Amino acid sequence: MASLKALKIRINSVKSTQKITKAMKMVAAAKLRRAQEAAEASRPYAERIEKVVSSIASKVTVSDQTPKLLAGTGKDDVHLFVVATSDKGLAGAFNTNIVRLARKRAEELKGQGKTVKFYTIGKKAKDGLARQFKNDIVESVEPGDLGKLGYDTVKGWADDLIGRFEDGEFDVAHLFFSKFVSVLTQEPTELQLMPVALSNDNAPAGVGASVEYEPDEEEILADLLPRNVAVQLLRANRENAASEQGSKMTAMDNATRNAGDMINKLTIQYNRTRQAAITTELVEIISGAEAL
Amino acid sequence: MADKVAFELVSPARLLFAGEVDMVVVPGSEGDFGVLPNHSPLISLVRPGVIAVHEGGKVGSRIFVAGGFAEVTPDRCTVLAEEAVNLADFDRAKAEARLTAARAKVAEAETEADKAAAQRAVSIAEALLAAAA
Repeated sequence: MASLKALKIRINSVKSTQKITKAMKMVAAAKLRRAQEAAEASRPYAERIEKVVSSIASKVTVSDQTPKLLAGTGKDDVHLFVVATSDKGLAGAFNTNIVRLARKRAEELKGQGKTVKFYTIGKKAKDGLARQFKNDIVESVEPGDLGKLGYDTVKGWADDLIGRFEDGEFDVAHLFFSKFVSVLTQEPTELQLMPVALSNDNAPAGVGASVEYEPDEEEILADLLPRNVAVQLLRANRENAASEQGSKMTAMDNATRNAGDMINKLTIQYNRTRQAAITTELVEIISGAEAL
Repeated sequence: MADKVAFELVSPARLLFAGEVDMVVVPGSEGDFGVLPNHSPLISLVRPGVIAVHEGGKVGSRIFVAGGFAEVTPDRCTVLAEEAVNLADFDRAKAEARLTAARAKVAEAETEADKAAAQRAVSIAEALLAAAA
């Protein structure tokens, strides 16, 4: 059995760990509110722009002039996975879940004989994928604090991705991130980033093909399509920011509770050990007295 | 509601306006256009300028947008703005500081692309000041 002193030291060390996790939980809770607001605020724009793009896309007849971002490259051999996570750990299964989904999908596609490349956002995505797909990572960027990520930074990544797409480096791009559902639930999500995903279910009914364009279709598409990519990326990062804090809060709450349990257990053990020592001493005294 | 337009104004930061209004005047890239109910379908670029929302026979609110898109269908009008400022909470000092900063960027810009981007920022800041005047 451990000595009294050793037990005391352990109890103290668990107590200080508990203090740290408690503080981290409170920090996460404070950041969560802002991140959640930002994530929820970025949703309407991303959803509307997606709707507009797909409603234009469903009306445009594909020709040689059609931008690649809309028509695609005509193949689907090379897939690029844009995997967005955070730079920091200690957020429960947040990063792992995103990476796991990407890995699963990559294996599926590889099984079908496709090539899969990765573009990682965040240190954790890079670390998580490097073990298995070290040579397939084409680029890694680090967003730093997700909560402070601005449109300009994201726009830079989007431009880089679009450039690669137009050079024919890949045929289809998928975006992986964690959708913020609630503090307790974050859903790893996959989204087709490039070319534009045509969803048939939201084709506007009854509007017909007689839409006017001002100034003209090409110019609008030239502006709208790259912006759509940037907006979807930004939205993914906002969702990630909220998910990260939510996940961190839950993880730290659990850690605090576990530390509490451990302190209780150790305290009981400490008290028992002390009692045992006292009992032994008493027995010694009494038997010493009787011997006289 | 056949005599109203469902108008929505969204910027990447938030949903600025959503509601049924009588008419919206949008600064299109080829000129301002008013959207009334049963407008023919239209998709237009938006230049930096002021969106006027008409409610009950008068201008309800004026919102500055720094460019974007408008999608119009017979029963609704959606404006996706890059940035939007309600002129009711306009801050002149801030806008002037922004113009100065943008002008400084133009002077510093080294590449053509940087210069074009900075020039755009200047024209947006100018349009904002002009709109508020």
